[in-house]
Amino acid sequence: MSHNPWIWFAAFLTLCTFSFLWRDNPFYKFAEHLFVGVSVGYTITILYHNSFMPRVWEPIVINHQYFVLLPTLLGLLAFAIFFKNISWLIRYPIAFVMGSSCGISVPRSFEGYIFRHMQGTITAISPGQSPFLLISNIVMVIGVIATLLYFYFSIEHKGIMGKAANVGIWYIMLAFGASFGYTVMARVSLLIGRLQFLLHDWLGIIG
Amino acid sequence: MNIDRRWIYLLVGICVIIPLIRPIGLPTFTTKYTKALFDYIDNVPPDGPAVLISFDFDPSTAPELQPMAQAVLRHCFAKGVNVMCLGLYPTYIGMIDMALSKVKGDYGAVSGKDFVFLPYVPGVTAVMLSMGEDIKNTFGRDYYGVPLDSLPMMRHIRNYDDVALVVSISASSLPLSWAVLVGTSYHVRVGVGTTAVSAAEYYSWLQTGQFVGMLGGLKGAAEYENLIDVRGYTKKGTRKVASMGMDAQSFVHLLMIALIIIGNIAYFNLRKRAK
Repeated sequence: MSHNPWIWFAAFLTLCTFSFLWRDNPFYKFAEHLFVGVSVGYTITILYHNSFMPRVWEPIVINHQYFVLLPTLLGLLAFAIFFKNISWLIRYPIAFVMGSSCGISVPRSFEGYIFRHMQGTITAISPGQSPFLLISNIVMVIGVIATLLYFYFSIEHKGIMGKAANVGIWYIMLAFGASFGYTVMARVSLLIGRLQFLLHDWLGIIG
Repeated sequence: MNIDRRWIYLLVGICVIIPLIRPIGLPTFTTKYTKALFDYIDNVPPDGPAVLISFDFDPSTAPELQPMAQAVLRHCFAKGVNVMCLGLYPTYIGMIDMALSKVKGDYGAVSGKDFVFLPYVPGVTAVMLSMGEDIKNTFGRDYYGVPLDSLPMMRHIRNYDDVALVVSISASSLPLSWAVLVGTSYHVRVGVGTTAVSAAEYYSWLQTGQFVGMLGGLKGAAEYENLIDVRGYTKKGTRKVASMGMDAQSFVHLLMIALIIIGNIAYFNLRKRAK
């Protein structure tokens, strides 16, 4: 069993959080509030030391790089939301962030999200593939076309179009199933991690 | 159909605790995407271009992702590959500190020589793009406050041209940002280690070649632990945390399958009776 008081405290907080499985209670509330408070405090500290001091204070006050005042003022305008008569000023930093983000993301997103995936689908079936890979790729291409047809709403889903859309629904359902299976795996992994901490780090009953 | 859900919690708890205390060692098979990432890192020359590990997760997903990060670090340190560690959000920085403190001692890895711990700098997209121009200018100093210019490892590293691979170990969509913003613009290869929740989403990115390989969830971490262990990159006595959890994982999956089957049988029986 651990002799480290911090391990004991972490184990206590873990048990407090698990107690919610029984029902809501003051121990759970304590752990929840402590988590929120510590997270905010930690983030503010990191931001102060890694962002405000080296990016604002030192350049302006110590190095006299006064051009840094411009982005600093733009950032400060975000706080205008707290003052009713000048709250409209927040539009400027938001416009800057939105404009620059869109400019950076749009062309690259077309390349990464659309063109490369289209290319991957078009070139999936090619000569010289092993039978298993060929069948897998045919199934994939059918899935892409059927799913796209399901989301094509300018033609009524009847006849051949309806059948293709139905195939699309099957593919979507299979994707949901795969996601659900992976989600179960993820949540169980988190429980395993926490119980490993309790059984190994705290109680010392597993190796 | 109205079973108190706490019975299910109890069953899940039992299915996790018993295999942890009495493991039976169910086999874990290596998937091709784990092997692909392993092979890529294994072929990076020692003291050449660096592997940039982006710790894109916080404590809430650490049980799945921290074993991955540690396994990749072990692999790099054992091979003498230079490593840069990066956290793009404030709470991610602590995960780097924890992983390095557990691994570096086993390999005698030295800060500035074998690895560089980059500090938190705000502006995720801006940081990713700025690193493409000049990594030293983007960060200035390392996490410990030492100027990057003075570190031996950084003498031959300027930007992504000197990075062999970006490994994004992530619980969010940041691997996609790495692939889209950095992979597309700077032609850097990107590998991903992700929570199981996100793994299904990334298979199409593997098929298009935008990801070199992928570690999916605790199983991916266990596979990587086994791969580095087989090659002798793990020091004796190292706890294979992810591998130790795989028995429990399998038992809970069997329980879930049983519960889904029982639930469906009960549902159809009730519907039949109602008719």
